[in-house]
Amino acid sequence: MIETVLLWLFAGTALAAAALMLVLRHPMRVALALSATMLSLAGVYALLGVHVIAIFQVLIYVGAVMVFMVYAIMLLDVRDYSFARRYSWLLLPGAVAAIAFVAILAHGFWQSLPDQATGGGGPLFGVQQFSIEFLNEYWLHFELVSVLLVAAVVAALAVLEVGRRNRG
Amino acid sequence: MLIAVSASLFALGLLGVIARRNVLVMLMCMELMLNGVNLSLVTFAQQTASAAGAVLVFLVFVVATAEIAIAIPIVLLLVRRKAVLDLDAYTDLKG
Repeated sequence: MIETVLLWLFAGTALAAAALMLVLRHPMRVALALSATMLSLAGVYALLGVHVIAIFQVLIYVGAVMVFMVYAIMLLDVRDYSFARRYSWLLLPGAVAAIAFVAILAHGFWQSLPDQATGGGGPLFGVQQFSIEFLNEYWLHFELVSVLLVAAVVAALAVLEVGRRNRG
Repeated sequence: MLIAVSASLFALGLLGVIARRNVLVMLMCMELMLNGVNLSLVTFAQQTASAAGAVLVFLVFVVATAEIAIAIPIVLLLVRRKAVLDLDAYTDLKG
């Protein structure tokens, strides 16, 4: 009972903060709204019993990605006319596209989805079971991810090098 | 129910990427879209009690981190050149 209430609460908070992201003017407030969305989603994951993903959500997304984002916002405190006018001319087509997307998805899911039962992920998603399964079945993906991370580091360094050369 | 929430999150992120002007806000809306996909993956993984969905969520985490780590320096370079965060100012980058 209490789990259902909390699940609704977290999901509602995530949706409300995501809607706020579209309305707020300053990027820092948008970043805070996005952090609220991510933390609520972590709560949803924890309630679903997928604790590993909840921990990773808080550590990686809120801990790493959003802190990086906040640093970038503080570095780039440029007050141009994107503050005065939040939306580009694509607002109406974008709204139509978003509504059409939700409608198509809802129509597709309405027939195909079985009724859902929430709660009780079972012991499959404890850290130990997840790690064993991960490294036994998906070790190739794990290695590919490390290759991707190395490529990202090299690319970031290359971008910085280009900037340094342009400055002279 | 959670699938509907995830679809709504994805649609809100899509709307943000299309309609907002600020580059950083657009990046954050991309993160919101990834979060919506993650929620649907976790829901399906929990319903079918398989670890594949959770593994995929982990991979999405890594990809999102790498994307932000490359996108932010690019935005820094762009802003250093023109001192504008509005993406419409960079239409001369079109080929």
